[in-house]
Amino acid sequence: MKHFRHIGLALVATFAMSQAGAEELTGTLKNIKDTGAITLGFRDSSIPFSYLDDNQKSVGFAMDICYKVVDAVKKELKLDKLEVKLNPVTSATRIPLMANGTIDLECGSTTNNAERQKQVAFTNTHYLTASRYVFKKSSGLKSIDDLKGKTVVSTAGTTNIKQLTEANVEKKLGANIIPAKDHAEAFLMVETDRAVAFVMDDILLASLVAGSKSPDDYVISKDAFSKPEPYGIMLRKDDAPFKKVVDAATAALYTSGEGEKIYDKWFTQKIPPKGLNLNTPISPELKHEFAKPTDSPNPDDYK
Amino acid sequence: MNYHWNWGIFFQPNPMGTGTYLDMLLSGLVLTLETGMLAWIIALITGSVVGVLRTLPSKGANWFGFCYVEFFRNMPLLVQLFLWFFVLPELLPKSAGLWLKQLPNAPFWTAAIGIGFFMSARVAVQLQAGIGSLPRGQKMAATALGLTTVQGYRYVLLPMAFRIILPPLTSEFLNTIKNTAVAITIGLLELTGQARSMQEFSFQVFEAFTAATLLYLLVNAVVVTAMRFLERHVAIPGYITGK
Repeated sequence: MKHFRHIGLALVATFAMSQAGAEELTGTLKNIKDTGAITLGFRDSSIPFSYLDDNQKSVGFAMDICYKVVDAVKKELKLDKLEVKLNPVTSATRIPLMANGTIDLECGSTTNNAERQKQVAFTNTHYLTASRYVFKKSSGLKSIDDLKGKTVVSTAGTTNIKQLTEANVEKKLGANIIPAKDHAEAFLMVETDRAVAFVMDDILLASLVAGSKSPDDYVISKDAFSKPEPYGIMLRKDDAPFKKVVDAATAALYTSGEGEKIYDKWFTQKIPPKGLNLNTPISPELKHEFAKPTDSPNPDDYK
Repeated sequence: MNYHWNWGIFFQPNPMGTGTYLDMLLSGLVLTLETGMLAWIIALITGSVVGVLRTLPSKGANWFGFCYVEFFRNMPLLVQLFLWFFVLPELLPKSAGLWLKQLPNAPFWTAAIGIGFFMSARVAVQLQAGIGSLPRGQKMAATALGLTTVQGYRYVLLPMAFRIILPPLTSEFLNTIKNTAVAITIGLLELTGQARSMQEFSFQVFEAFTAATLLYLLVNAVVVTAMRFLERHVAIPGYITGK
């Protein structure tokens, strides 16, 4: 009698487990299992997060993280082979391509904020960046107050231009703010003296300066317009099982110390294609985030 | 498709603190209209002058008109605006270049003038074709009446030619308005630019561009109706476009 009950329990348990297994495969995970392929969205010039090297191959800090996630997905689905497809995205196409299922993960430098979380989900933060400005050494700027009455540029549609506008009102700077189409053009405005300063995420400024004709001519401000804001790898909203796998994979990567190793590879050493070195050691805030990974969009959660 | 539609987004405050997202798009629409109108005025005036030059008996005037048209219509508009905005000030003497760069609303003036010149080449070709389509006798009759060349153009040739080319001019006008969208390359936040900003802030890309599309359609519907009205108003009964 007792014996039978054991068998019965075992049967129920197996049934429940297979049931659970079948239930888990919905959304993106099911799609990946069915097609045997996962698609990563990459940016062509978000150095060093996601960009094309001289062989037109997509590389970068966010790409490395995404490949770790791919490994975890492969393990989770117990697949022998998982094909990785790559799809270029721009800031204008990343949402439509994510929504219509063309890409499963967006590996780039997308700021994770509350407003965007209404539309998409983000996994654990992989970078923190504050809004600063770059200027020519010769212009003799020192603090944000020195921007009074000057022409300042930032990229249209970014959180940076919003912070700049707010600071302009708050500190009564009376600066003339002009929007640029993209980062390269905004930097060109400073290069050609059309504007004295360019307000942007500090890491993007560092890469623009490192790639410019004469990197020594430029300085990035100590003053910041914002608290450090999180960058996250983007995925579809309302896909809890997939997010769970991705979150677990990124958390494991960051807490194990491997995240910091990958960080050093892209931010403190020479990177392709031109052998630039961004010379940006890991910040205490990011170190702290790596120890306790979170996908919070709130800058106050990163201290 | 896994997209979260949110049509209410237009009534939510935009992060720039300038009202709602709808206000943002409407301010872009105003800038589109201002740029389009100014560009169209420039295109119509310069285009008419160049178009006339190309039909004059003078070889020099012909040659000038030819060069003007080929220069402005053979380069993509995007490239032209980039050249005017970024390259031209570098070619000028340093102080003049700096003055030009620090001009208030530089993107607006560059866009309006740049698009105006680009479209003027097209207007010039239209007008040349219009004048060319008139019977040769018209010009001769004007001369026989004792009119000078200027008077001949003023009272005989141009009134006929403009009536003939009115329908294609309508589409050039529409093109001028649509071409203002290129001005985002030099940082002018017109309707397309504001739709893109809205998309970057809120990630509601389809709502933003649907609204922009509707606004462009609305503006162009108004233009088409107005031009039809003008066509009917100036039509001469029994002659070409008249009934």
